[in-house]
Amino acid sequence: MSDADGAPLDTFPKYLLLNAKRFAGRPAMRHKDFGIWQTWTWRRQLEEVRAFSVGLKALGVEQGNRVAIIGANRPRLYWAFAAIQALRAIPVPVYADAVGEELAYVLDNAGVSVAVVQDQEQVDKVLSFAERIPSLEQVIYDEPRGLRDYDHTKLHAFESIQEHGRSLLASDPSIGSLWEKNIQEADGDDVSVMLYTSGTTGQSKGVMIKASAAVNAAADTVKFDGLNEYDEVLAYLPLAWVGDHYLNYAQGYVAGFCMSCPEGPETVSHDLKEIGPSFYFAPPRVFEGLLTSVTIRMEDAGRLKKHLFNHYRSVAAKYGEDILEKRPVPLFGRIAYWLGDLLVYGPLKNSLGFSKIRTAYTAGEAIGPDLFSFFRSLGINLKQLYGQTEAFLYVTAQKDSEVRADTVGPATPNVDIRISEDGEVQFKSPGMFAGYYKQEQKTAETLTEDGYVKTGDAGFFDKDGQLKIIDRAKDVGKLKSGALVAPKYIENTLKFFPNIKEAVTFGDGREFAAAFINIDLQAVGNWAERNNIAYASYQELAGHPQVYEMIADHVDETNKKLASEQMMAGGQIKRFLVLHKELDADDGELTRTQKVRRGFIGDRYGELIEALYDGSQEKYVETEVTFEDGRKGSIKATVKIADAGFYSVPEASTAKEAAE
Amino acid sequence: MNAPFDPKLLTEPTPEFTLSAHQDDIPSGEVLLNVEHVSLSFGGVKAIQDVSFDIRKGEVRAIIGPNGAGKTSMLNVINGFYHPQEGTITYRGEPRKAMRSTAAARQGISRTFQNIALFNGMSTLDNIMTGRITLQTKNLFWQALWHGPAVKEDIEHRRAVEHIIDFLEIQHIRKTPVGRLPYGLQKRVELGRALAAEPALLLLDEPMAGMNLEEKEDMSRFILDVNSQFGTTIALIEHDMGVVMDISDRVVVLDYGRKIGDGTPDEVSKNQDVIDAYLGVPHD
Repeated sequence: MSDADGAPLDTFPKYLLLNAKRFAGRPAMRHKDFGIWQTWTWRRQLEEVRAFSVGLKALGVEQGNRVAIIGANRPRLYWAFAAIQALRAIPVPVYADAVGEELAYVLDNAGVSVAVVQDQEQVDKVLSFAERIPSLEQVIYDEPRGLRDYDHTKLHAFESIQEHGRSLLASDPSIGSLWEKNIQEADGDDVSVMLYTSGTTGQSKGVMIKASAAVNAAADTVKFDGLNEYDEVLAYLPLAWVGDHYLNYAQGYVAGFCMSCPEGPETVSHDLKEIGPSFYFAPPRVFEGLLTSVTIRMEDAGRLKKHLFNHYRSVAAKYGEDILEKRPVPLFGRIAYWLGDLLVYGPLKNSLGFSKIRTAYTAGEAIGPDLFSFFRSLGINLKQLYGQTEAFLYVTAQKDSEVRADTVGPATPNVDIRISEDGEVQFKSPGMFAGYYKQEQKTAETLTEDGYVKTGDAGFFDKDGQLKIIDRAKDVGKLKSGALVAPKYIENTLKFFPNIKEAVTFGDGREFAAAFINIDLQAVGNWAERNNIAYASYQELAGHPQVYEMIADHVDETNKKLASEQMMAGGQIKRFLVLHKELDADDGELTRTQKVRRGFIGDRYGELIEALYDGSQEKYVETEVTFEDGRKGSIKATVKIADAGFYSVPEASTAKEAAE
Repeated sequence: MNAPFDPKLLTEPTPEFTLSAHQDDIPSGEVLLNVEHVSLSFGGVKAIQDVSFDIRKGEVRAIIGPNGAGKTSMLNVINGFYHPQEGTITYRGEPRKAMRSTAAARQGISRTFQNIALFNGMSTLDNIMTGRITLQTKNLFWQALWHGPAVKEDIEHRRAVEHIIDFLEIQHIRKTPVGRLPYGLQKRVELGRALAAEPALLLLDEPMAGMNLEEKEDMSRFILDVNSQFGTTIALIEHDMGVVMDISDRVVVLDYGRKIGDGTPDEVSKNQDVIDAYLGVPHD
């Protein structure tokens, strides 16, 4: 990419200068403050960034310095990115909710000299760990509340830095031109940003992304989704997360679209409705929450409304996705959908803030097919992508009209993906990282000898050339027969049934795959009520023969689905049981973020696992439980074990070859 | 990296918003309100007997005491709702005559209630707007006409209210009817309404009653912030001793309508009479 003069456009500050010219009067940033949306045009945004940047320079920030950015999505923090990059220094965004220890580790590891933070909370955190961050010299805050009585020798308001910058610019015009010259002379080889991984596996690592890589990756996806200066996004995801930085900042500078910052974390849904973004990203759980709240509110609605909603929901389910994908649809179907749009989908999308969405993405975990279809059938172009911090986000993304719930799409433009011998996804991409900061060892471990990045995820390409992620590579096991078992993949397939809340599957080194199943008390309880099934407790409901029948059907369906995938077919569930108690974080069975702790469950219910494999029909167990108030008790139960149907494996297809 | 930068060039941050409608020229630390030998009785019930204390400008003054000690009555006396049979109240150096609570409100005294007294059907925003009523200068005619000056004035009031909403971090419930809000938030809205009147003296009747620890911490933070950021003098009634000792500058202790202690939290907590009252030692 290059601008009109032929100079390469390989940093974001260069785009800032360009946008201030080509989109001068168009909005670049919005922020709701004191109840009113304030707007900055690209020209004003350049002015704000320049003032802060010159002020930062006066504060002593130089090329190569690292500057931390800590806080929520606020215009000034986003300006700080460009202001720091303009000095050829390196912004290091840090998660605002990081506890002091983590924060200190990251700031010290990155060796930051200045921190730009949101408010008193972050100032307190940084100052209380100041001793652990010897390189830190200055702290700049955005929100002055509560900071009036602090010692201001090393602490500065964002405003006053900008003020200082403005007075310098006014006193000497050469400062401004020198600042611009410095940007033009900058090199795409500079590190554009250092993004710290969330550190779920050990200490977090600083992922260095080079400027030209970042710009090129963003330019590719901007083109892929046809983003332009008329698009709008709402920046509500954590500032330090690669997704937010990429989708809003990087793509925003390249495409020149407008980024809106919400009033606060609790007002996001209101702000979403007011802004009506045209490009939107949310993890599956956000869509899940939306669908649940819509369903609950419709349950409370009057009969007419409920009837209308249910009727047009089924119309949408029938024709919605076909219309979205521009496939042939009979005329009366189009008319019915048009009416539904007028009466239901339109108003619904409006109240969710989805009226203007042209492209929406979801990623991060598996999304239920029903959930996915619901939003797509309303006419929302929801797609999936697969990405990583090390790739500067995109590795794969679905093209419009080639969207499915169970895949993450083909490689994005200029990305090269391969599946290694042991099933791991590896890629090479324009945006791929330049290494972990100060951790050459880790960098070398992550890269293959020929320069591919190891994702640590196991996956395969399906018949249509779309990538399917099945599990973390280290969790994927093998049956004695050598067939692959991907526990998370099987569990996710099971969990798409509303009646199944959790599932834990076993199989590594065994004869066949087997599963523990947790019923969803709300869904199954509701079903029991409607079918006049009496039960006194969770345990009784879980052990009810009719519940077993229902779950057996679900397992059967799951096996059918697994059998249709050549790679997964061997991992069909032969035997299962419905657990007599709900898996609970209080008992250590789930993490606090509600993820199954497979190893712990394996130890705790060892007897039951043996029963699954030794052919017994039932097993008596006593399980210790912890109540919410910390008291302990025990549950005794005789758990039945059921067999499930096994489907024959389809003929070997060309799935593996298609990938290569 | 210290050479080229001179911190003196930087302006000190200034809070952009003040609650100054009821400013006076009493210097900080001087007596703002003085209660002298006040007695109040309802028929045969002596609610307050010969109580004297003062509230100084800029301080957080707590009134504590066991149930039925006369704390709320005292607050009602201060804001003109009850008229004491004996004694005088001097506010800003002027002895107060019998007056109505609206007059107290106009003089810059506003309050919150032990049992939340908000308009349940109205939104947070509208509830807080009602706090501005005493500051409205355009008469009913102009307001009914909804034109020119009245609109302009309303915009000014809305601006002030938005600052209060921002200050109390309740943006997300701006348009929510308060009846649907949880208790802790309703308390905060009530504080917002009291602040909207830009009081010189803010009376808080058990601002933390019925709250959980986290809500109490939030509320304490807000009370201290109001005090430090806007310089508002605060008198509060509170049962939670921990909170009282942490946030107040001086404490007056009432028991059976009499004052039994007065001083800093430290002094008061060592006062034997106060300890006895709280332990329920029988009276002579």
